[in-house]
Amino acid sequence: MLENYVPILIFLVLGVLFGVVPLLANFVLGPHKPDAEKLSPYECGFEAFEDSRMKFDVRFYLVAILFIIFDLEIAFLFPWAVVLDEIGMFGFMAMVVFLLVLVIGFIYEWKKGALEWE
Amino acid sequence: MMIPDVIFYIFATALVLASLMVVVVRNPVHAALYLILAFFTSACIWILLEAEFLALTLVLVYVGAVMVLFLFVVMMLDINLAPLREGYVKALPVGLGVAAVMFAELALILGPNRFGLQTTPAPSAHDPGYSNTKELGRILYTQYVYPFEIAAVILLVAIVAAIALTMRARRQTKYVRPEMQVNVKREDRLRIVKVDSERRWR
Amino acid sequence: MIETIQSVWVGIPPALQVVLWTLVKILALVLPLMVVVAYLTLAERKVIGYIQIRIGPNRVGPRGLLQPIADAFKLIMKEMIIPSSANRFLFLLAPLIALAPALAAWAVVPMSEGLVLSNIDASLLYILAMTSMGVYGIIIAGWASNSKYSFLGAMRSAAQIVSYEIAMGFALVGVLMAAHSLNLSSIVDAQQGGFLNWFWLPLFPLFLVYFIAGVAETNRAPFDVAEGESEIVAGFHVEYSGMTFGIFMLAEYINMVLVAILTSILFLGGWLSPLDGIPWIEDWMGGPSIFWLLGKAAFFLFMYLWMRATFPRYRYDQIMRLGWKVFIPITIVWLLVVGVLVMGRVGPWFD
Repeated sequence: MLENYVPILIFLVLGVLFGVVPLLANFVLGPHKPDAEKLSPYECGFEAFEDSRMKFDVRFYLVAILFIIFDLEIAFLFPWAVVLDEIGMFGFMAMVVFLLVLVIGFIYEWKKGALEWE
Repeated sequence: MMIPDVIFYIFATALVLASLMVVVVRNPVHAALYLILAFFTSACIWILLEAEFLALTLVLVYVGAVMVLFLFVVMMLDINLAPLREGYVKALPVGLGVAAVMFAELALILGPNRFGLQTTPAPSAHDPGYSNTKELGRILYTQYVYPFEIAAVILLVAIVAAIALTMRARRQTKYVRPEMQVNVKREDRLRIVKVDSERRWR
Repeated sequence: MIETIQSVWVGIPPALQVVLWTLVKILALVLPLMVVVAYLTLAERKVIGYIQIRIGPNRVGPRGLLQPIADAFKLIMKEMIIPSSANRFLFLLAPLIALAPALAAWAVVPMSEGLVLSNIDASLLYILAMTSMGVYGIIIAGWASNSKYSFLGAMRSAAQIVSYEIAMGFALVGVLMAAHSLNLSSIVDAQQGGFLNWFWLPLFPLFLVYFIAGVAETNRAPFDVAEGESEIVAGFHVEYSGMTFGIFMLAEYINMVLVAILTSILFLGGWLSPLDGIPWIEDWMGGPSIFWLLGKAAFFLFMYLWMRATFPRYRYDQIMRLGWKVFIPITIVWLLVVGVLVMGRVGPWFD
């Protein structure tokens, strides 16, 4: 099994290199004429006011939390899906119960309006 | 030394350094990024232990999901760290005490009696047709079905808690239902009124 | 000549031989991929041009065929601007983080029977894990630029990408149930027996959900609110210029090609021929080959361009509604349907 991961490791390293080489080429070949206006953050011609790292709507956190929960659910579904023909009716029903519990949660978030964006 | 050993030491060094940086660096965003690196390298080490499914799930769930939330929080909350540091000296003795107790506990559990090559030998290499995922699936949904269902309940509690903590009922904006928008017929919106033309003024 | 090469090759230690041979194979995969990406940009401009009754780029080379090369040179010769208030290290790291996982995912994609760089057992899970890391490029870019537009754009695309990743994951579970394997080659093998045995038919809703979620994952039109030029200009990469911008584009197009190839492999039988099982046409057309896979992928890439030219951009609340309130219920219901079909061993797909 391990020998199958050797190409992946090499590929990851090479993937970074494929990005670094054009960046270096750009750095060497491109002009460098910085000035204060050019280097200021783009705001459609306005002077930058306020800090750009502002507070955000709490919905974004909620989406991230719900995403973690559903991602875990998918992680539980993966091994189940590949052995479904071997674990029989018992295994199938185990997952049906699991999904039912989570569908209750899904209905709850729906009814509470956690999925509404306005 | 074998090549897997060399790779292990490279990843182990990276992991230890990354975890150190998580607690040492001052910028919380940098700390979160080092934590991502730490998760990623531990996934690589799990692959060296032939735990293919767990390693990939670690990347998928922790790197792909949990750390996204962490980054959202540290980037957007814009925490000002100066007031948090104020009570540092006052809390130091308590902190040191807690750290010492935790360290002793960890040493008791992780000591050589329970871990080490004698008690948990390195896994032997599997034949090419071996599927780590199938092996897990065969026991997770039959032998370990109760922990599995309890996991579902824990996830349900997490959903409810997250919503209860963050949702605020505010309906200031008017929301348009797309399906109603699409289904609108001409008759619903347009009324043709026949108006008699005005009589000529004499 | 050949003998000297052979003697040098034998002299290299075996471990290094493996590494060198792998490097050759990676280059044999990545270089054609780069050509595909380059000409995909040209195809995009040409196709959209013709749809809008224009002719698209036609000045550089015959019929504009050298346009992508000119574009690449232009990007390399431009000034690389790093905003003064940006976090320099993270600003330069972000494009690399976007590109490396997008490329590394290709390590397990089989192009035809046995033609794969690394045939790991859990290849589908590996691809899902790698593509889920792409979101960091966007988040880090948005934060490191220290500009309001890029930060807004980054948060929007991050929330959008994670929302559609759930629908995508559920759709993949359906494929796994049908194929009983996480390995992409085995998934194709499980679809043998002609056009009607491919998974698109029993998994039709999942097939649609997967492709549409793939479009949303890659932030392409009509889901490209992050780049809604009329409100937040270019979204998370507004501060990027020259090759730093080019690498984001490269990663985006590589991901597009990946989604197209994966959709063909998972739902349309990969390299299997659609004419399988028809008596003499089968022998005449030559059976399964890489060209079928590339043809199917080309069709999905064309769909990308066609959708971009046809549909108006979604509003952000509509995007989130589609991902959470439409796709997730559809996939959960269909997973149960597939579960019943598998348990009942309904043929010809599940027996």
